[in-house]
Amino acid sequence: MVYTAAEADQLTKYERAFKRAHPEIDLVWVRDSTGVLTAKLLAERKAPRADAIFALAATSMAQVDSAGGLAPYSPKNIGRIDPMFRDSRAIPHWTGTAVLTAAICVNTIEAKRRGLPIPNTWEDLANPIYKDAISMPNPASSGVGLLTVAGWLQGLGEAEAWAFMDRLDRNVVSYAHSGSKPCKDAARGEVPIGISFDFRAVKTQSEGAPIVIVVPTRMVGWDMEASGVVAGARHPEAARAFVDWAMSDEAMSLYAESFAIVGVANASKPAPSLPPDLANRLAPMDVAWTANNRMRVLSEWVRRYEGRAARQ
Amino acid sequence: MSSVTLRSGLRAPSPIAAAVPAGIACAVAALVLLAPLATLALRSLSGPDGALTLANYGRYLATPTLRESVMNTGLLGGATTLIVLPLAFLFAFGIERTNMRFKGVMSALCLFPVLTPSLLPAMGLVYLFGHQGLLTPLLGGNVIYGAHGVLISEIVAAFPHAVIMLRAALSMADARLYEQAEILGAGPWRRFRAVTLPSVRYGLVGAGIVVFTRAITDIGAPAVLGGDFGVLALDIYKQVLGQQNFEMGSVVAMLLLAPSLVLVGVERLASSRQAAMVSGKSTARHPPRHVLRDVAFTTYGAAVTLALASLLLTCQMAALARMWPYDLSFSFASYDLERYDGGWRALRNSIGLATAVAVSGALAAFTGAYVAQRTRPAPALRGLFVLLALLPAATPGLALGLAYALFFGDPANPFHLIYGTFAILLVATVIHFYSVAHLTSVSALNALDVEFEPAAAVLGRGALHTVVRVIAPLSAVPLLEIALYLFVNAMTTVSAAVFLYPTDFKLASVSILNMDDAGDMAPAAAMGMMILYVNLGVRLLAQGAGSRLRHAGNVLAAPTARALAGPASDPVQASGAAT
Repeated sequence: MVYTAAEADQLTKYERAFKRAHPEIDLVWVRDSTGVLTAKLLAERKAPRADAIFALAATSMAQVDSAGGLAPYSPKNIGRIDPMFRDSRAIPHWTGTAVLTAAICVNTIEAKRRGLPIPNTWEDLANPIYKDAISMPNPASSGVGLLTVAGWLQGLGEAEAWAFMDRLDRNVVSYAHSGSKPCKDAARGEVPIGISFDFRAVKTQSEGAPIVIVVPTRMVGWDMEASGVVAGARHPEAARAFVDWAMSDEAMSLYAESFAIVGVANASKPAPSLPPDLANRLAPMDVAWTANNRMRVLSEWVRRYEGRAARQ
Repeated sequence: MSSVTLRSGLRAPSPIAAAVPAGIACAVAALVLLAPLATLALRSLSGPDGALTLANYGRYLATPTLRESVMNTGLLGGATTLIVLPLAFLFAFGIERTNMRFKGVMSALCLFPVLTPSLLPAMGLVYLFGHQGLLTPLLGGNVIYGAHGVLISEIVAAFPHAVIMLRAALSMADARLYEQAEILGAGPWRRFRAVTLPSVRYGLVGAGIVVFTRAITDIGAPAVLGGDFGVLALDIYKQVLGQQNFEMGSVVAMLLLAPSLVLVGVERLASSRQAAMVSGKSTARHPPRHVLRDVAFTTYGAAVTLALASLLLTCQMAALARMWPYDLSFSFASYDLERYDGGWRALRNSIGLATAVAVSGALAAFTGAYVAQRTRPAPALRGLFVLLALLPAATPGLALGLAYALFFGDPANPFHLIYGTFAILLVATVIHFYSVAHLTSVSALNALDVEFEPAAAVLGRGALHTVVRVIAPLSAVPLLEIALYLFVNAMTTVSAAVFLYPTDFKLASVSILNMDDAGDMAPAAAMGMMILYVNLGVRLLAQGAGSRLRHAGNVLAAPTARALAGPASDPVQASGAAT
């Protein structure tokens, strides 16, 4: 049994490939949102149901790991995996499959109607002309929200980042509970600009929504989808075989169909709607920092930006 | 048969034997209700080192945004109640006490929100009054998001529940009182104040409490429309699923449980008074003709019905548009639910769960009611069981769900094996809606002759024989109504299930919440309308079956019943509260 936060419509593709490689293993997906799965993994720590974890945010992996939920395992293909894609221990507890990055969805029809220029940088979004024009995910309930905020905090330095968020907050009309919602709300024109993530932005645009995708020129927050073996798994052999497959070149080329940056560097083939220099725009970030400072950052964020009525 | 032989023929059950069924019932209730709630309370009081402390509560109240949630929740509940009560009273009054036209159509259409998760009317409001809403230009620059949007949505969701309860109260009018008042020269306004209002005051209290409790425990409307408007129900959800903070989630759940407990206690008191107000000699009142009044009520009823129907119609239209609001051409794209979490399987799962809940819940409630009413346990034991049977009504679904997750999720618990399975979902859902089912069973049983069992004992028949041959057939109709009530609620509930559904058994109602969270509003609306259609279909089927059963039940049970106790009284119809 594999817990995964991968998109529902991607799983069939992965399942077919894994079945081809390991017809002898009976694969059962359990798909849910990052928050639900993390809560589940933490709650089931003493009596785990999952054998392996697939495509869960590395920040969550670090969180589960620090609760003792992950077993150390070095997948066969580890030699070809970019060092950025694994935790720092000699035998990693988790390894990353693909990077997801923050991205901005701008509804061209609504932007034109309100006379808003297309933004290029994060700082642009803090311009008062965008007042009540922006939706972003709430970092307290969305992994994408957290990676976006963590990118600012680690990239700009905390003082500057909070000052920026104070200015941005004046323009934000709503903080959504998921990383997809701001982009889809932008697609429906409920809000002109939604801060979301690359995969969702590319997908929503390809479905015909009137949006353009903006990846800011610098300090773009990111996280990794990661896999690992659950400590105390009932089927450890199968779990290791699964993680071996998840890190294989073949699997990486599948991820590359949806993600711009994947664990094996030369497997990447960037989407035409994303900038080719995406990797250079990413903020310098440490997943462990995000996991360790998560509670502190969130309570500060909640104190500053949640429950607007209380602050006015 | 003389009373002497009857008495001597009865083997007086020993007090210990009589205590067994009620004892078992209490033990079951302790396992599935008291123990989980105690776990929840303990968790809210446990510090990082496991020691008991009030620190979590202190931390909660020291956080301004969370403190604000307490205020918001209270205000939302109060405002919803104050607005819904007069609106629902007028509607119920129109149906029960005037000759307003189209009563059947209006009362049926206004029940629709009961058949859907509360998320659906909230989404309807977005489609009508959101930034791209059809009617937003009428708002002069305002939009639906925020406190007022949540309030309107709660009003829509609670309205039919209040109407059901107020209709029940208003239908019990005693015409004799009105005749006397007229003879004494009281005008219509005086009669309304002196006769009508006092006779429904307990109904008003009861409806007010149901509305208040629904509004403060609902998660759907705040999730869709709330924006910055934080409420306790959403806080539980965010604390547990967003931040994996079970302690703080338990604190919020306890804060939500406390007022519900008090209020449901008051409501039960009110409804027992209400029942006592109608004597067996009451005669039904037929409203006299009054053109102006009837036209006014017809207009009001039509306006309300139109407003409710247009919310749902908009959801259906949005679900059938290719890309709302930019491309309104017809498309089934939103019905391609396999692209989203749960997919069509979630709807099948929900129907499966609802069916299982309906069957096992109706049996459980009927058995529970039978134990309480017919096995003559010691008064103290019976009192305890009655209290336990009513406790679920006071337990918000989110609190119950979290309590179950904490209690059964603990591997040290011998019942841990049901955690993460269909079984825990089934048990939790049955318990969540047990109280109304129990009360309906009680009133159905009370309507039957108490002498069936003693008479059967004289004839050498066991209690089981009586139940199977007489009581069950005569109660078939109320049993069906209970099953229908459970089915509809199991299809629409989000709250208890959201913490409990097995990961490979997604539910339709939960998937609507998830799809809305992910921004997939049109498929969420499509799924919500599917739930509505399933519930509507099942309701119509049950109505058809009910009228047949009413006939068949009497025919089946009649010979045995006559043999036991002479002609049986008609089985009572399930109370309005059950529908």
